[in-house]
Amino acid sequence: MTTYHAKRDHLWFLRNRTYTVFVARELTSVFVAWTIVYLMLVIDAGGPPSFAGEPWMIAINVVAFAATAFHAITFLNLAPKATVVRLDGWRVPAFMIQGGNHSAWLVVSGIVAFLVLKGV
Amino acid sequence: MTDTAETIRQQAAARTIRLEVARYRPEQDGEPVFQSYDVPLMDDWAVLDGLNYVKDRLDGTLSFRWSCRMGICGSCGMNVNGEPRLTCGTFFTEYGDGPIRIEPLKGFPVIRDLVVDIDDFLVKLQHVQPWLIREGEELPLTAEYAQTPEQLEAYKQYSMCINCLLCYSACPVYVLDPDFLGPAAIALAQRYNLDSRDQGDRFDLLNLDEAVWGCTFVGECTRACPKHVDPAEAIQRYKLTAAIRSILPWSRR
Ligand code: SF4
Ligand code: FES
Repeated sequence: MTTYHAKRDHLWFLRNRTYTVFVARELTSVFVAWTIVYLMLVIDAGGPPSFAGEPWMIAINVVAFAATAFHAITFLNLAPKATVVRLDGWRVPAFMIQGGNHSAWLVVSGIVAFLVLKGV
Repeated sequence: MTDTAETIRQQAAARTIRLEVARYRPEQDGEPVFQSYDVPLMDDWAVLDGLNYVKDRLDGTLSFRWSCRMGICGSCGMNVNGEPRLTCGTFFTEYGDGPIRIEPLKGFPVIRDLVVDIDDFLVKLQHVQPWLIREGEELPLTAEYAQTPEQLEAYKQYSMCINCLLCYSACPVYVLDPDFLGPAAIALAQRYNLDSRDQGDRFDLLNLDEAVWGCTFVGECTRACPKHVDPAEAIQRYKLTAAIRSILPWSRR
């Protein structure tokens, strides 16, 4: 039987909004990685590294902050899909799981900020 | 039919909508080509009614699959204006004056016109053992296994799947890599995993790069599913199960 196989679509991620948001979420991982590297430099130097005040560094970090926030928010919003919690037959609604995750994220960020800024 | 109804019908039929239908006739076409048909623009017609009008009145050579016309059999899935849809549940009213572009489901080899080859899915479906597995019981099973409403609720959502394959067509991972086990097969494995009567273990089938770990969580399968099965949820849940089981080998499910 001859069948027709469509050619590979190299621009598939532009074909609909969900695909594009997905690819954006994946690409922002690069900035998440950068944020971790930068945080380690801060810890290592016991404060902001010497080049922290350079305009290009500030620009990178502003973009990295926005990208990391986008990544974290979209990622935590997806969490209820993986964690189906049932209490006595009642399924905990998605917004509660998301709310819990976002709250935990804020608390942890607060602790990290406290520890880092304490040294400044 | 009363005279008034007949008049309304005639007036309505005067308005038409254009269907741009992908045709692929292996004996003459190297690749699909579009053919346009003008069909009556009826408010209560679904895209499938338009295709049946073409087949009955305009061009008997057009091939497509359908059966129930009520979203149950899962055979009328096609790409409508770029989105995977059940054509029996997708109405003309959604598309204004048209045109409506109808193509075969993306991600599958095309046999003819709008008919795709789904053998790959059927092999995958069978592979996940979508049936109740009981240990140490002779076939045929005759005993009755009662379930509480809560036990039914645990898997009911996944049991609603009609194998329409819209989720596969919506999944960029499957379209790029046909070895991926895919949304519905995994959701159906979960349908049995979460069934209190099932004693099988599908861990080795699901805990693989081509199975749950192939999913990058785009989430489009869930949006495409006409039965609210939420296959993306089924996959992410099993990732968690598989991760826990890999760390704690003695825990199950
Ligand atoms: S999971 Fe939904 S979209 Fe996928 S085959 Fe089943 S019913 Fe169709
Ligand atoms: S014809 Fe059966 S689902 Fe559409």
